[in-house]
Amino acid sequence: MTAVFRHEMRLLFSGLTAYVYGMFSLLAVAIYMMYYNLSMGYANFEYALAGASFALLIMIPILTMRVIAEEKKQKTDQLLYSLPVSTTQVVVGKFLALLLTSVIPLVFVVAYPVILKQYGSLYLPTAWGALAGYIMLTASLLAIGIFISSLTESQPMAAGICFAAMVLNYYMVKLAQYATSSAFGSLVALIVMEFILALLINHMTGNSFLAELTGGVAMLGTAAVYLFRTDWFEGLFPKILENISVYERFYEFVDGVFDYTHVVYFVSVIVFFLFLTVQSLEKRRYN
Amino acid sequence: MIEVKNLTKFYGDHKAVDNISFSVKDGTVCGFCGPNGAGKSTTMNIMTGCLSATDGTVTIGGHDIFEEPMEAKKLIGYLPEQPPLYLEETPREYLRFIAEAKKVPREKVKGEIERVMEETQILDVADRLIKNLSKGYKQRVGIAQTLLGNPKVIILDEPTVGLDPIQVVEIRDLIKNLGKRHTVILSSHILSEVQQMCDEIIIIAKGKLIAYDTAENLEKLLQPKVTLEVLTDATREESGAVLGQIAGIESAQYAQEDGLLLIRLTTVPEKELEIRKLLSRKFAAIDRAVLRNDKLKANLEEIFIELTSPQPDGPEENREEEA
Repeated sequence: MTAVFRHEMRLLFSGLTAYVYGMFSLLAVAIYMMYYNLSMGYANFEYALAGASFALLIMIPILTMRVIAEEKKQKTDQLLYSLPVSTTQVVVGKFLALLLTSVIPLVFVVAYPVILKQYGSLYLPTAWGALAGYIMLTASLLAIGIFISSLTESQPMAAGICFAAMVLNYYMVKLAQYATSSAFGSLVALIVMEFILALLINHMTGNSFLAELTGGVAMLGTAAVYLFRTDWFEGLFPKILENISVYERFYEFVDGVFDYTHVVYFVSVIVFFLFLTVQSLEKRRYN
Repeated sequence: MIEVKNLTKFYGDHKAVDNISFSVKDGTVCGFCGPNGAGKSTTMNIMTGCLSATDGTVTIGGHDIFEEPMEAKKLIGYLPEQPPLYLEETPREYLRFIAEAKKVPREKVKGEIERVMEETQILDVADRLIKNLSKGYKQRVGIAQTLLGNPKVIILDEPTVGLDPIQVVEIRDLIKNLGKRHTVILSSHILSEVQQMCDEIIIIAKGKLIAYDTAENLEKLLQPKVTLEVLTDATREESGAVLGQIAGIESAQYAQEDGLLLIRLTTVPEKELEIRKLLSRKFAAIDRAVLRNDKLKANLEEIFIELTSPQPDGPEENREEEA
């Protein structure tokens, strides 16, 4: 794992990727700090981080698109399979390298609230709490990005899908407000989601029977529940969207709440997507 | 060292490898030969743990590649068909990663890298980016990678494909040298190449093992008889009488060519020269001309094609296996 980690770090830092990422990361925080703290005079550094989290929509796809898609394209994944390193070690090593790359610029950001405090009253624990939330948000999005990169051989494709996933995640809660809260609307939305899930299963396992079975059972099950318990579906879809949005959890940190359930949530998202990545890579050996 | 038992692999409905078994002893150079799409790469990918098998086992040095992948993989250096190189790195950086991943002790990493670079003669390009290297050098970097950690088994998938003739000779020499200290398995679709480099040859086609023997035995198996061709203006009866006086001719066939008689004889290799001498003398003795008296060169490639050609039961699927 350390070999993969060090190799990945070397790849990131021998090119421009890590430096450009760091620059944009600092730039985003700086711009929003200028706006919220210096111009508007808010005494909350958390707002600057909330603003900067918008930049992750573009930065995460750029950082993660290469990570596995490139290995597949250059056939270096065969090398990784033949080395005495397990797939889990490969994925975790890569994830840690990307995480460290994105955390390094944030080390500077730790000092920002302290500097701001010299010129006004600022509550440091919530500022740093929000920074911790920001790092966990980044880590979760990285895990999602790595998974998407493992689905394709093409970097632009990985970046595109990842960007779409990030945007969806970011606007999920706003979308949820517009999303119909009627019971029937929730039913349709759920069935569409289940259909997409079935497509994903089909793509990942290459087993159309399994995909049809899970998709069919889920959709029929949902429809059956709808018929008997229509009231459960009132406002269900918006609620689901709010609960699965990674960004929504981060905003809780911005609001000054350091809730351990959110930490658990972030860790689960990371583990879940890294697990899927391992499965996606393992699947190539069992095609 | 390597034991492959009843190996079978399906890609969907396509049977890429069909119940292959063989074992390779320590210190041999073993050649894997077969036309494109025969299942060579698939078999090698399974042996190195890059691919799962539908059925069967592979044991490397006593370790099952599926049950104890870490132990088994430590004994293998593998060069896939397309050398797995990180183009943005230099050979030195690349080899460092592989050495670390193969868990070469930290203090030995540097020495190991120097050793394999010297062995594959890539020291002069050690600090150039791999993407700027020629195909031959890329192949050498790929081979260097397999040697790190001094694995007992080295598996090379079509190591000479796409190289120019000089590079081919260089790589062949390199592989011959490797055979002195490692068990080497290499694949090729050129039989003569395998014959030159290997002690043992495995021929597969359409996923099936067709022949597995030492190079010499296989040669005998492939060319048990010598065919001679004689063109003469003698009549068939005269020729029959001449042939009757010569011992060691196993069979004779007659045909017409440009109004002359063409005789095809078969015999064993040991008697070939003597029979040819006798033939010209005996025909001269009855005042007949011998216009041609040749040994037909048995074409190995032809025999190979014959051995590996598809059965008439269905169209040949020339599909390249994908890892």
